[in-house]
Amino acid sequence: MELIPRGRPSRRRRLARRLVSNDLRTRMARMTAELGELGVDPFGFDPETVKYAAVPLEVLYRHYFRVLTYGIENVPSGRALLVSNHSGQLPFDGMMIGAALVFDRDPPRVVRSMVEKFVPRLPFLSVFFARVGQVVGTPDNCRRLLERDEAILVFPEGARGISKTIDRRYQLERFGGGFMRLALETKTPIVPIGVVGAEEQSPAFYNIKPLAKLLHTPSFPVTPTFPLLGPLGLAPLPTRYRIYFGTPMTFDGDGDEEDAFIQERVEQVREAITALLERGLSEREGIFR
Amino acid sequence: MSLSARPSRPIEERIPVVLATGAAGRFGRFFVQSLHREHRVVAVDRRPVRGLPKDVTHVRTDLRLRPVEDLFRRYDVRAVVHLGIVHNPRASEEGYRFNVVGTQRLLELVAKHQVPKLVFLSSANIYGPHPDNSHFLTEDAPLLGADGFPNIRDLVAVDQLAQSFFYKQPGIETVLLRPVHIVGPRVKNAPSNYLRLERPWVISGFDPMIQLIHESDAVAALMRALAPGIRGVFNVVGPEAAPLSRVLQVLGRKTRSVPGPVARALLDRAFRFHATGFPAPEIRHIQFNCVVDGSLARRVLGFEPQYGLVETIRSVLGHRE
Repeated sequence: MELIPRGRPSRRRRLARRLVSNDLRTRMARMTAELGELGVDPFGFDPETVKYAAVPLEVLYRHYFRVLTYGIENVPSGRALLVSNHSGQLPFDGMMIGAALVFDRDPPRVVRSMVEKFVPRLPFLSVFFARVGQVVGTPDNCRRLLERDEAILVFPEGARGISKTIDRRYQLERFGGGFMRLALETKTPIVPIGVVGAEEQSPAFYNIKPLAKLLHTPSFPVTPTFPLLGPLGLAPLPTRYRIYFGTPMTFDGDGDEEDAFIQERVEQVREAITALLERGLSEREGIFR
Repeated sequence: MSLSARPSRPIEERIPVVLATGAAGRFGRFFVQSLHREHRVVAVDRRPVRGLPKDVTHVRTDLRLRPVEDLFRRYDVRAVVHLGIVHNPRASEEGYRFNVVGTQRLLELVAKHQVPKLVFLSSANIYGPHPDNSHFLTEDAPLLGADGFPNIRDLVAVDQLAQSFFYKQPGIETVLLRPVHIVGPRVKNAPSNYLRLERPWVISGFDPMIQLIHESDAVAALMRALAPGIRGVFNVVGPEAAPLSRVLQVLGRKTRSVPGPVARALLDRAFRFHATGFPAPEIRHIQFNCVVDGSLARRVLGFEPQYGLVETIRSVLGHRE
């Protein structure tokens, strides 16, 4: 094996290395990934980068949102589609589900989620997302990842879910059916997930749609702090997150059935998530507790 | 009586050969050196050529001219390997005609003389680096390479000419290979020249996945394509893809990070004043992914690259094995 000259690590890297706790280091070492000669997988995922990204993530996870997870052992070791409700204007729910699998699952797992198509056009962000294992959400990418036995997080509500206003909290929007076709085609178990807490992190009471169209964003929410306080107003409130992982669901089929057949099964997943949300809402004693 | 003065001889008296176009190029010469160990080779190129093996017959002619057809009358051409496609962003007009008309002419001759095999070297670049690309492009992906880079539209056109040949001539085994960036000590194409730069530019905030294939592996794929029974379109992929930054790190390069729009404007001017050989649209290659799936070639051609990633990257430095 040839040694690859990596040069002296930059000051930033050395600082980051000091910040990564030993516990995190050992957790990351137990994560398995099929990497090429230069330390990345074919999609550009680099566990080294994840290590550094995990430092601020852990702060958010443990101290800001003080996440409680239930049933994380329901996430299997092989391929899996994690299907969750989506809310909160900014995708902190996705980050926290990913964090739960790194910090609270044994062994830890990196979840690969599907990002919006415009992400590869963004400088810096495109590289960061790729290195931490996030892939552009095309059905082909999803299929390939499942065939590599990865865990994939999907939000079938998509932008409809994340940009909804506070009066519709915990009411699931319409679910897309693409994930079900892929699950059937690749014989992947579906793990329903209910996230409680994210729905109140950025309480939007209005969505200015023409402005969103103008800015090419999925929505333009008006919250008590945004746009009043500028971009800073987008910071979420420190609500307490509760993440419920339901028992895996498997369905029979080949993914090429008619829409009605697919929708029927999508509905079952939706109901499972609704049940998890109801459980979470009855168990919590307050938005911040 | 001289050979050329004879009437067309009966096929059983003719020598069986493989005809290779573009044989005077660096890659063409290297390919012919492998090819002549297994076949009698007739090499066609309009450029003068040195260093071809002694038993290779070199015919200096343009593909669009008449002497080419005579080769099909004189020899029993068992296969045609078409490497003779110009990749020169400057010779736009002439290059376009040479590539498209020359290829068209060659295909007509292959059809007329019912050559049993045609191997065509295209490129994975014709899919084009694009932010909307799926991560792995299969052979069915749309050919968007000329979108934003009109100078390579002829490369897309010749690929499509070859594709239409499949149904026009179902009796001829046509193989269309689309290799990723070919690099090595011999070839001097845009990607290998870029990797040879001491201080290459990179685009700020972008770090696409890059796929390279060693020139010897590319030759091996061509040789496999010549096997009887093989036909179809194949992406040809070397070792695994890696981020551009790590590829440059292996070479110990110090990069210059330039914001995309600035890089495009500067390079555009530099190219027009002949200060660089890289046209501005090629920036997309160091900005977005154009990663292809080579699994079909692995399954059907049985092609496996022999060179590892680090070995392939270092090969541009010119240490011949």
